[in-house]
Amino acid sequence: MFDFSIWTNWIDQFLRTNLPEFWALAIEFVVVGVIILALYCIIALALIYFERKICAFFQCRLGPNRVGPYGIFQSVADMLKMLIKEIIPINHTDKFLFYLAPFFVLIASILAFGAIPWGNGLQILDFNIGIFYILSVSSLGVIGILLAGWASNNKYSMIGAMRSGAQLISYELSAGLALMTIVVLSGSMQLSTMIEGQKDCWYLFQGHIPAVIAFIIYLIAGHAETNRGPFDLPEAESELAAGYHTEYSGLQFGFFYLAEYLNMFIIASIAATVFLGGWMPFHVTGLDGFNAVMDYIPSVIWFFGKVVFLMMLSLWVRWTFPRLRIDHLLDLEWKYLLPINMVNLLVMVIVVIYGWYF
Amino acid sequence: MDYAYFLVTLITAIVLVIGGLGLALLISPRSNNPQKREAYESGIPTRGTSWMQFRVGYYLYAILYLMFDVETVFLFPWAVVVRDLSISGLVSILFFLLILVLGLAYAWKKGALEWK
Repeated sequence: MFDFSIWTNWIDQFLRTNLPEFWALAIEFVVVGVIILALYCIIALALIYFERKICAFFQCRLGPNRVGPYGIFQSVADMLKMLIKEIIPINHTDKFLFYLAPFFVLIASILAFGAIPWGNGLQILDFNIGIFYILSVSSLGVIGILLAGWASNNKYSMIGAMRSGAQLISYELSAGLALMTIVVLSGSMQLSTMIEGQKDCWYLFQGHIPAVIAFIIYLIAGHAETNRGPFDLPEAESELAAGYHTEYSGLQFGFFYLAEYLNMFIIASIAATVFLGGWMPFHVTGLDGFNAVMDYIPSVIWFFGKVVFLMMLSLWVRWTFPRLRIDHLLDLEWKYLLPINMVNLLVMVIVVIYGWYF
Repeated sequence: MDYAYFLVTLITAIVLVIGGLGLALLISPRSNNPQKREAYESGIPTRGTSWMQFRVGYYLYAILYLMFDVETVFLFPWAVVVRDLSISGLVSILFFLLILVLGLAYAWKKGALEWK
């Protein structure tokens, strides 16, 4: 496996030998910031195009096909359009909170975005509390959504925000407990250590039954946390106009849109990292020849392959199932997923203590 | 050092939002119209404010969430070391979980999870 930290260390050494310490650090910080921004925007645009195209194929349509070959510049054109749309100031809103809400939503998603391991040695924030950090910063987004709904002073926004708040906080529990099940198995919350621990076998296979249950629960909870698919009650367009962002226009709406797509990517990449080994290639214990062949595929391609696979699953679910009702949605979480998750956690602890894992 | 990069990420996020909004405000057109500034409620004039009393059911879910979220915070450190604690770690956390599950069962029985 090619280790990208060779490059980053070389750049670091090069800057430090040629420049004073302060300027070397400053340049590194700026470079990191620019990389985060560029990746964030490129991935969001690519995802929007990807989703529109895939959803068109699900419905036997062509999807965007006018701007550029196969419509690949459609989302770029959309972004430019959004930038030059008027930001309409609405009467009777709580001005401060109204303008503050997109900040929370976007900052939460960028902070979680920073902790994603892209490849071998390609990770910006690698804390020893990695998983916990991602869970905690991504739950900041709920505040943004509640603020947006409350500050808009609009009935649709209000109902949408309340539904969204209830849904997000409920499913966060399941997501947290499902990830905790794997933390029990790995004995670490640091993402790089967790990936290292999946060198011989991914956690999904190492933990067999409890890990598979946790994986399915995480996929459901993650899907609900992104407000999509059968769980898109907060912005159910046929009943609530656009839910909590009804009153937002222009780029402010664009920020909500961007954050929604990026959250989908973040959820998929956490699932890929924790359950499917992140950038770690598919290894089978004992088959050294096979493992060596798998090592030739670059780590970044492994990571994106897994993430795209999980996002395809998410899109498939989204375009297959009808929307749930709010009480069914909360029942699913509190009466089924949460108790199953608790039992599953204890089963995993027993499996780990007695060493019944691979 | 890692936490410096956390700060960099945070600043990047703030720069993206402020920069984007600033640019949009600079180049976007303005037109004023009393109708346009009204709240959008499917074309029907707004009646009263939306800042009013709301269904209590959501509040009960929020309270329950608080209970379980604090539990998650307590359980994460335990989950990291449970392999070394072995059986004693499992037994001691069982009591903790039992009390929590009793709380959920109580709320369930009281009908906090039902929608009437």
